[in-house]
Amino acid sequence: MVVDEQVLYSVKNVKKHFPVRGGLLQRVKNHVKAVDGITLDIYKGETLGVVGESGCGKSTLGRTILGLESLTEGELVFNGNNISNYSSRQLKPYKKEMQMIFQDPYASLNPKQRIGDALEEALIIHTNLTSLERRERVLQLLNEVGLKEEHYERYPHEFSGGQRQRIGIARAISINPSFIVCDEPVSALDVSVQAQVIKLLRDLQEKHGLTYLFVSHDLGVVRHLCNRVLVMYLGQMVELAPVHKLYENPTHPYTEALLSAIPRPTVGRKRERIRLRGDLPSPSNPPTGCPFHTRCPIAKEHCSTEKPAWREIDEGHFIACHER
Amino acid sequence: MKETVLEVKDLVTTFKSADGPLPAVRGASFSVKKGETLCIVGESGCGKSITALSIMGLLPSNGMIADGSIYFNQRNLAEMSPKQMQKVRGNDVSMIFQEPMTALNPVFTIGFQIREPLMIHLKLSKKQAHMRGIELLRMVGIPSPVERMNQFPHELSGGMRQRVMIAIALSCNPSLLIADEPTTALDVTIQAQIIDLLNDLKEQLDMSMIMITHDMGVVAEIADRVIVMYAGEIIEEGRVEEIFENPQHPYTKGLLASVPNVDDPEFDLKPIAGSMPMLNEQISGCRFHPRCPYAFDKCMEKSPKTFHVTDKQSVRCWLQEEGVEQNGGRRASSL
Repeated sequence: MVVDEQVLYSVKNVKKHFPVRGGLLQRVKNHVKAVDGITLDIYKGETLGVVGESGCGKSTLGRTILGLESLTEGELVFNGNNISNYSSRQLKPYKKEMQMIFQDPYASLNPKQRIGDALEEALIIHTNLTSLERRERVLQLLNEVGLKEEHYERYPHEFSGGQRQRIGIARAISINPSFIVCDEPVSALDVSVQAQVIKLLRDLQEKHGLTYLFVSHDLGVVRHLCNRVLVMYLGQMVELAPVHKLYENPTHPYTEALLSAIPRPTVGRKRERIRLRGDLPSPSNPPTGCPFHTRCPIAKEHCSTEKPAWREIDEGHFIACHER
Repeated sequence: MKETVLEVKDLVTTFKSADGPLPAVRGASFSVKKGETLCIVGESGCGKSITALSIMGLLPSNGMIADGSIYFNQRNLAEMSPKQMQKVRGNDVSMIFQEPMTALNPVFTIGFQIREPLMIHLKLSKKQAHMRGIELLRMVGIPSPVERMNQFPHELSGGMRQRVMIAIALSCNPSLLIADEPTTALDVTIQAQIIDLLNDLKEQLDMSMIMITHDMGVVAEIADRVIVMYAGEIIEEGRVEEIFENPQHPYTKGLLASVPNVDDPEFDLKPIAGSMPMLNEQISGCRFHPRCPYAFDKCMEKSPKTFHVTDKQSVRCWLQEEGVEQNGGRRASSL
C-alpha cells in the first residue's frame, strides 16, 4: 500500500440529519443526527477505516460521501472540485471515480439478471465500449476476482456468499474507479471466506492504486487492512489516528473500551476489561456536551455541558476528549 | 470426576428433500459434564445449530433424528414424544437464540413472557411468578426491573432483549443451557457484557452450557472444552487450551489463521481455499479433503478414524497416522 500525502477526497463538516415525522399531519417532529459534523481528508492510495457500534453513523457517512444520500450541511471536495451542490448530470463523471461494495451482495444483485449482464451495466453507462469489448472486459474482471469465465451465464442464486461478494467487488472495479467505499464487505461471510475476500481487496488495491473507505465494526479486520482509522460515536468523530497508534495507544476512553471488549482468540491470558455502562443513547436525542459522557468511566461534570474540541495530540493522532 | 449431564451418541439428523434424505449431522458423539461449558465451533452449514435443535427436539418439520441417541440424565431424548419433550424443554434444558427480537413475542409484555414458563413448569401463581420474574430480571442485570415487566420487547435495546431471553431461559433452573450464537447480533461492548453475564451465571447456578458460535474469540473467553464441526462431522475435540495452542486438524488450524488478530500487526492471514460443501454434495473419504492443503491419496478414499492426541483431545484426520509426513503438504494453500 503506497500512501502519498495527496488528498483525494476532502470532507468538510459533513452533516446528515434524517427527519422523523409523526402526528396527524406527518410534520417533522425531530431529526436523527446520523452524521453530525465530520471533517477529514482521505489520501490517495490509503485505506481509511471507519469503526463504531451500530447506529454510530458509519454507513451513512460512507453513503453521504458517495452522494447516495443528500447532504444536510457541509462540503465534499473530490480531487479539488467542490461537488457538494452538483446536479446528478454534473456528478456523472465523478460517479465513475467512486464506487461502493455492499455488505449483503445478494441483496445488491438482481436475481433475474445474469452475472455477465450485471457486470456490463456500469460499462454501458460509463464507457463507449462495443458489446464485444464489454464481454471481453467482463471476462477479464471475473478472472481478476477469482471467478471463472463460465460464471458469466449464471444467476446470483447459483453462487455462495463469498463468490457473490467477489461479484460485488468485480462490479465496483469494472469502470476503474479511484475511490471505493466498502460497507462491511466481509461481515456477512464465514471466517475462512472472509480471509479470502480481505486478501482479494488488498491485492486489487495494490494492483490498481485504489483508495478505500473501509466501514466495519470488526476491529481485527480493520487493523489488518487499514492505514488510518476513524472512530465514530453517535455521528461524531471520537478519535482519528494511524492504525498502529490507535491500537497501541488508544487515547479516547471509548476507543479503549471498544478495543478491550473484543474477545481475543487466545486462552490463559485474561485481561481486565473496561466495562461500559448501559447502551448507546438514541441518535435522535444525543446527550449534550461530549456524546460519550453518559457511558464514560472518566467523565467529569463539564463533560456533560461542554463539547470537547477536536485536537491533535501526536502527529496525525486526533481526539475529542476533555480528560485525555 | 463430575457426572455427565448430556451424552450424545452417533447422532444423525437428516432433512427430507426431493433427492432423498440429506444428512446435516453425520454421526456426532459428545458429552457434557455438570458445570462445564462446551463450545461447538464451525462455519455456517456445518451442522452446529442442527445438533442443538436435535437435542431440544425443535427440528423443523422436514428434519428428523435418523439415528443415534441423546441421553440426558439417563433418559433418551431422541425417543421422547413431543409432549414429553415439552416437559423437558424449559424445565431441564433451555435455549437462547441468536436474534432476541424474533425469539420474543412482540405483542406480549416482558412480564407476561417471563411469567409463562414459571406458571407452566413450576406451577407458581401469577403473583408468585411476577415476583420471581422481577428477581430474575435483576439477576441478569436489567435496571429498574419492576417497570420493565410492563414494557414490550420493542422498547428494549438489543442487549437488554438478550438479557430478558437469558432470564426466561434460566427461569426454571435448567441443568443445561444451550446458547446458539447469543452474541452474534450484538455490538462488541454489549457482547462483552453478555459474555461476562453468562460466565457469572453459570458459576452461580452451577449449570452446564453448550455454546454454539463461529467466533474463536468468544470460544477462548467462555469454553472449557471445544468441538470443531465441519460439514456435519466432528473433526476435532479437546480442552480449550489444547485447541488453541496445539490444534491438530488442518481445518482447525485454518480457522485460527483466518481470524485477524487485533493485538498483532504482523499477523499473517492465511485463508482456507474454497468454501463449505453443500449438504447434497458427495465427497469421498474425508469431507475436508478438497480444501485441505495436506490431503493425500488416502484422504480421498477412506473416511478418517478418530485418533487420540491426549486423553481429552481427539482428531479425525489421516495425518495423525504414523508414518505420514506432516510438514509441507502437496498443495500450497492459495487463494
